[in-house]
Amino acid sequence: MLHLVLFCIFGGLCLGAAINLLLQTHPINSALSLIVVMGSLALIYLLMGAEFVSIVQLIIYAGAIMVLFVFVIMLLNAGKEERLPASKIMPILGAVGMISGSAAGIYVLTCDPHTSARISLGQLPGPADQVGRLLFRDFLLPFEVTSVLILIAIMGAVVLARRGEQ
Amino acid sequence: MIPLNYYLVLSAILFACGVVGFLIKRNIITIFMSIELMLNAVNLSFVAFATARGVLSGHIFVFFVMVVAAAEAAVGLAIIISVFRTRETLNVDRVNLLKL
Repeated sequence: MLHLVLFCIFGGLCLGAAINLLLQTHPINSALSLIVVMGSLALIYLLMGAEFVSIVQLIIYAGAIMVLFVFVIMLLNAGKEERLPASKIMPILGAVGMISGSAAGIYVLTCDPHTSARISLGQLPGPADQVGRLLFRDFLLPFEVTSVLILIAIMGAVVLARRGEQ
Repeated sequence: MIPLNYYLVLSAILFACGVVGFLIKRNIITIFMSIELMLNAVNLSFVAFATARGVLSGHIFVFFVMVVAAAEAAVGLAIIISVFRTRETLNVDRVNLLKL
């Protein structure tokens, strides 16, 4: 019962913020809504017992990535979005896509017998020591490849954002 | 004790919100934020399935998804800055030429 109540609170917060992201016209309001989505997702992870993932979600997503977004919005001085005549048809397509996509997803998910399992509060604890042991033993090669990916991303960002010579 | 379905349905609706944002938003930064929302929705279903099956590998995969998202955010925002510098606009409808 407690699990259901907590899930409804955090899930409702998450959905409300996600819909607010769509309704806002100024990008800074959308960015703040996205921070709320990520924070409530971290709490939902904590409900399932995924401690490490929850903290990493807060630090990387809600912390680092969103700070980057807010900085870019500030740097580019982004204002309210303007709508050109060419973009009038997209809300209709978007509404149709959302309704049909969610309906199909919910139908598949609720009818598949593999997804009828039940989850209790904190069922699979994922503390940092166990996740770390798995990461550095079984997934060592992907982890090292990831560091190369980060290095390439840093160099790419520097090259792309550099001001031209002229 | 709640069914796994609840988490998956929440994840599906969040993903749909991301897709809709990608389609209806005209600001390139907001479009990019919708992509992040879709990645978050997928992470939620990873953790839910990992919990239901009792394997920790799902948590590791979420970690890798986050690393890729961080790299993508860094490169994507650099591209946005570069586009803004040449076009002086953030509206994707005004970025309609392959070359300036």
